[in-house]
Amino acid sequence: MYTCHCGKNIADVIDVDELTEYAKTLPHVTAARNYKFMCSNTGQELILADINSGLVNRVVVAACSPLMHEPTFRSVLKKAGLNPYFFEQANIREEVSWVSSTNHEGALQVAKDHVRMAVAKVTSNDALSISKFPVLQEALVIGGGISGMYAALALADNFKTYLVESSPTIGGHMAQLDKTFPTMDCSACIITPKMVEVSRHPNINLLTYSEVESVQGSIGNFQVKIKKKTRKINHDICTGCGQCAQVCPVTTPNEFDLNMSHRSAAYIPFPQAIPPKYTIDTNACIECGMCVDACEVGAIDLSQQDEFIDLNVGAIVVTTGNDILDPSGLLRYNYYKSKNVVTGLQMERLLSSTGPMQGKIVRPSDGKEIESIVFLQCVGSRDFHEGMHKYCSRVCCMYALKQARLLKEKHPEINAYIFYIELRAFGKGYEEFYERTGRQYGVNFIRGRIGDVFIQADSSLKIVGIDTLMEAKIELDADMLVLCTAIEPRKGSLDLAKKIGFQCTEDGFYMEAHPKLRPVDTLVDGVYLAGTCQAPRDIPDTVSQAQAAAMRAVNFLSKKEVEIEPYYSIINEAVCSRCLSCVELCPYNAIKYDKFQNVVSISKVECKGCGTCVAACPCKAIEQNHFGERQVFSMIETAMPPVDVE
Amino acid sequence: MENVVSHDVKQIWTPRILGIFCNWCSYTGADGAGTARMQRPPVLRILRVMCSGRVEPEMVFRALKNGADGVIVSTCHAGDCHYIQGNFKTFRKASLITRFLEQMGVNPKRFVLANISASEGAELTKLINEYTEELLEIGPNPLNCKDNLSFKTIDEKEG
Repeated sequence: MYTCHCGKNIADVIDVDELTEYAKTLPHVTAARNYKFMCSNTGQELILADINSGLVNRVVVAACSPLMHEPTFRSVLKKAGLNPYFFEQANIREEVSWVSSTNHEGALQVAKDHVRMAVAKVTSNDALSISKFPVLQEALVIGGGISGMYAALALADNFKTYLVESSPTIGGHMAQLDKTFPTMDCSACIITPKMVEVSRHPNINLLTYSEVESVQGSIGNFQVKIKKKTRKINHDICTGCGQCAQVCPVTTPNEFDLNMSHRSAAYIPFPQAIPPKYTIDTNACIECGMCVDACEVGAIDLSQQDEFIDLNVGAIVVTTGNDILDPSGLLRYNYYKSKNVVTGLQMERLLSSTGPMQGKIVRPSDGKEIESIVFLQCVGSRDFHEGMHKYCSRVCCMYALKQARLLKEKHPEINAYIFYIELRAFGKGYEEFYERTGRQYGVNFIRGRIGDVFIQADSSLKIVGIDTLMEAKIELDADMLVLCTAIEPRKGSLDLAKKIGFQCTEDGFYMEAHPKLRPVDTLVDGVYLAGTCQAPRDIPDTVSQAQAAAMRAVNFLSKKEVEIEPYYSIINEAVCSRCLSCVELCPYNAIKYDKFQNVVSISKVECKGCGTCVAACPCKAIEQNHFGERQVFSMIETAMPPVDVE
Repeated sequence: MENVVSHDVKQIWTPRILGIFCNWCSYTGADGAGTARMQRPPVLRILRVMCSGRVEPEMVFRALKNGADGVIVSTCHAGDCHYIQGNFKTFRKASLITRFLEQMGVNPKRFVLANISASEGAELTKLINEYTEELLEIGPNPLNCKDNLSFKTIDEKEG
């Protein structure tokens, strides 16, 4: 039994010496020691030495959560030639010292109980061997934004990769941006060559306008059903000439320009879209058939239906990206009333030379040249009101600086104001960018908030706010107001999480397996995360995370075999009464009843080790490895020693 | 039925709760509460199982027999189970457990079914704080005495 101080994390609250002394009194404990960092090399050596000298043959470490260091200590046992399942970890940090840090006596008591439970369990543990299963050496990337593209490119150098994107083109939000901070290089110039690379890569199978319908199976062998939405155009023959879009009589808001321009029902999101072929928006299409006549190659087929594709992959990288908060609900900003109040992403489109204003710096309402513009930070982020988000969206400070600078570069006479809470210029080269934007370009920074926005007769805005550094009310006449709205989890992201079986955090972003040690893994083995589906982040972070996620997937796929915890259930035929309760309860259909032989059997491969059948078996004929009757009940029996309350 | 505990006992007594938590949601949530240093009284001992589907009613009874003042079985939220639907089976067992406890003359409040997701450390802390208060009202488990460990004597004691 080894107790870890974890520096001061545990030792400051729990008397580790007393805990060690106490452990010595427990049955089967032959050695009890404590050390500052058990997980360190010296700590591991301590365990190794005791095993090698024959003093101990089963190990309990009272330290942090087993979710953190169980693999570490198991590898120590393995190294010493002991079965790694002769190890138990008593969690006295996350469950005791960190949550009851003021009550030292009580914490010691609970720690003792945890240690006793772990000792009881380890003595009843069985030697198990890790199960190995083959891995399908193909990968799936869900989401074709910048992170999905990078992940797919990294994966495809080694393995066949499917890239599924729900919209008609890959590129994601980055394709909508004008320039990128802090280098001010053109976003399209970076992303469009990558988009082409993705489409041309021999190992990437691009499935645009497709969605994940269902995900079955587990690590190494996922069965994924993809719904390929109908485009009403046969992409095998479409040449992308655009005749259909020219004759289409329908006009509908263009979501690529955030509804600030129009497109026809037959459309391509933007000229550089990949695949560079057309799609008919079935919601807008009136089925007049004019495009059918106009198409010279006869690619249009209005009777085309959704198609379903079944894929079998070994690993999944999820890069579904984010949405932007709709500020219509924040009535005081008059976003829904004035065309001159826009979101940050709309401003990107307005600044872009491919956008609705062809990059001219004019007001959307009447095309008048802009004289003054106001940016408001933290719209919906760092906001504790209901329906808003507590987190920081990370990119808004920087893109507001960038947009203000772009405006000042083109028209130095424009007055630009940025209302902020704090300017967070955290990345490499960002602080310098902020400094230069403020000093060299003369952007005005106001620490404060906007209270009211009034629309004036000439459709310019009167902005009333407060400057909290001057402690003064402030009134500004502005041509435009840019709301730097929060980055939100994508609509429907929870559905996908449920389909695959991983978790979301409180704010709705996908949850990583460990915030520091496993930042791109999910709790479902073989599923990795990258990009803004996990948390708001900028392009450099997204790209590095995408490559990290791809690397994790490549690493795993290249193993050919996956090791799975041997927590599967075993049935004892001699005791089994053939009541078949378990057969119906098993969520994986892993339990089969052979009518002719009159035998119930559990498939080791299909059983995922939930233990439901064990709990349900009325004859106690089923045992789960590592969480069997003996192990669990030995812990329960020892958890609460009798004490006198009188 | 059990009596409400006297004021004196309340002061010297800390409830002891056994938590049977599933690995993927509730145990991770409990770790999250620790990482965020959310404070709670030292009352909870956590037993980790892979899925709450593994929980047998007998586990709850055995824990109470051994002197736990309360037992919390914590699962994922409905629809979030890592093993597809293990928690639904636990929901069904839970109502049986409660009814059985009532029939045995044990205060059914000594058993709680909770849903804690991997991100809900705050909810767990709130639950533990409230449940501790509730247990302080209910009083110690009457089975929790050194010399009264058989059911027979308990029956006599409780009348």
